[in-house]
Amino acid sequence: MILKIILIIIITPLVGGLLAGMDRVISARLQGRHGPSVFQPFYDVLKLTQKESIQVNTMHRFYVYASLAFIILTVVVMLTGGDILLAIFVLTLGSILFVLGGYSSNSPYNTIGSERELLQMMAYEPMVLLTGAGLYYADKSFFIKDIISAKVPAIIYLPGVFLGLIYILTFKLRKSPFDLSMSHHGHQEIVKGMTTEYSGKDLAIIEVTHWYETVIALTLVFLFFATSSLESRIFAVIACLLAYLFEIIVDNGFARVKWQLALKSTWLVTGVLGSINLIVLSFFR
Amino acid sequence: MNYVKKSPWILHYDGTSCNGCDIEVLACLTPLYDVERFGIINTGNPKHADVLVITGSVNEQNIPVVKQLYEQMADPKVVVAIGICAATGGIFADCYNVSGGVDKVIPVDVYVPGCAARPESIIDGVVKALGILDEKRNAMKLK
Repeated sequence: MILKIILIIIITPLVGGLLAGMDRVISARLQGRHGPSVFQPFYDVLKLTQKESIQVNTMHRFYVYASLAFIILTVVVMLTGGDILLAIFVLTLGSILFVLGGYSSNSPYNTIGSERELLQMMAYEPMVLLTGAGLYYADKSFFIKDIISAKVPAIIYLPGVFLGLIYILTFKLRKSPFDLSMSHHGHQEIVKGMTTEYSGKDLAIIEVTHWYETVIALTLVFLFFATSSLESRIFAVIACLLAYLFEIIVDNGFARVKWQLALKSTWLVTGVLGSINLIVLSFFR
Repeated sequence: MNYVKKSPWILHYDGTSCNGCDIEVLACLTPLYDVERFGIINTGNPKHADVLVITGSVNEQNIPVVKQLYEQMADPKVVVAIGICAATGGIFADCYNVSGGVDKVIPVDVYVPGCAARPESIIDGVVKALGILDEKRNAMKLK
């Protein structure tokens, strides 16, 4: 068990980093460029660890490390087949700590980034909870190990909840049009959003945290397709990759929207899709 | 191994100039030259940047800006002055408000000549700066 947890902690960021590298290569190809090596995110993080870390105040840095710790806990809970509600709540705590880190620097750019991050959380959190509730409705268990060993994949019961999840995945993966608080692209950012005041090792930690978060987001997609059979799990991994590819294409195809539209459209789309799906399901189950 | 050569992030600042070099710097990011092949990213944030790319000369108004940008960058860092204005003040050198090249205010590591500097020579200049960045990182390790 301990060995398994250590393996999860080591392998997850490697997978997340490779996904980020693939993202950069595919984005470049979509824009008619050659793009960097697929290992570029790892070079970036290794470089950042070799840079000077400018500390604004004592708490500033603490929040980033605390955020990483809770995100790692989420990954461990999810990938060991634990309780999905616990995972969702710990994930939220990790995100909140990151927001507090943004506020603690008192920089105007960080503050505006943090405010936007809170708005984003307001937009996507209801759908994350609906996902947990929906999976419980479909499989009568909050434990991930039960959900992925069901007879029928959850997507059969929860197509609406799945579409809602895909909608908020854009927030979680920090992709356009919903990358209000910090984006991967400097040219559409107010300086650099929430990460403006971070440098060196602290920024490297933020990158690694984002790799973990990518894997968490794709694990949620995985849960909708996986059943007890091996073939379905292979298919579920392919579905995760397709969802990620879809997000990259959306990222390249859209400009950032205003926060009003982001919030309203997300509540409307996820509220309608999620709740109608759950109401219909409650008649049949 | 020093990874700074594999992922140099650039901060671009334009002083007093005709914007010719400015446009050529941005041209490096376009699909034709695509400097992201080498991991080069144009950040808008001095705290994330490794290379400060300055086009145009400095004048009385932007001296504090240039100084502040340079001081906010994390070590190791290098400065690349692009175009003749950034090197000496160029055609604007005699203006009443122009102080001269960027080296009047902050230490410059690489000068890229030209009016306007061509994208190829800008990329050459940045690559040369990476060698200096590597040396600075080694000096940091010894400290």
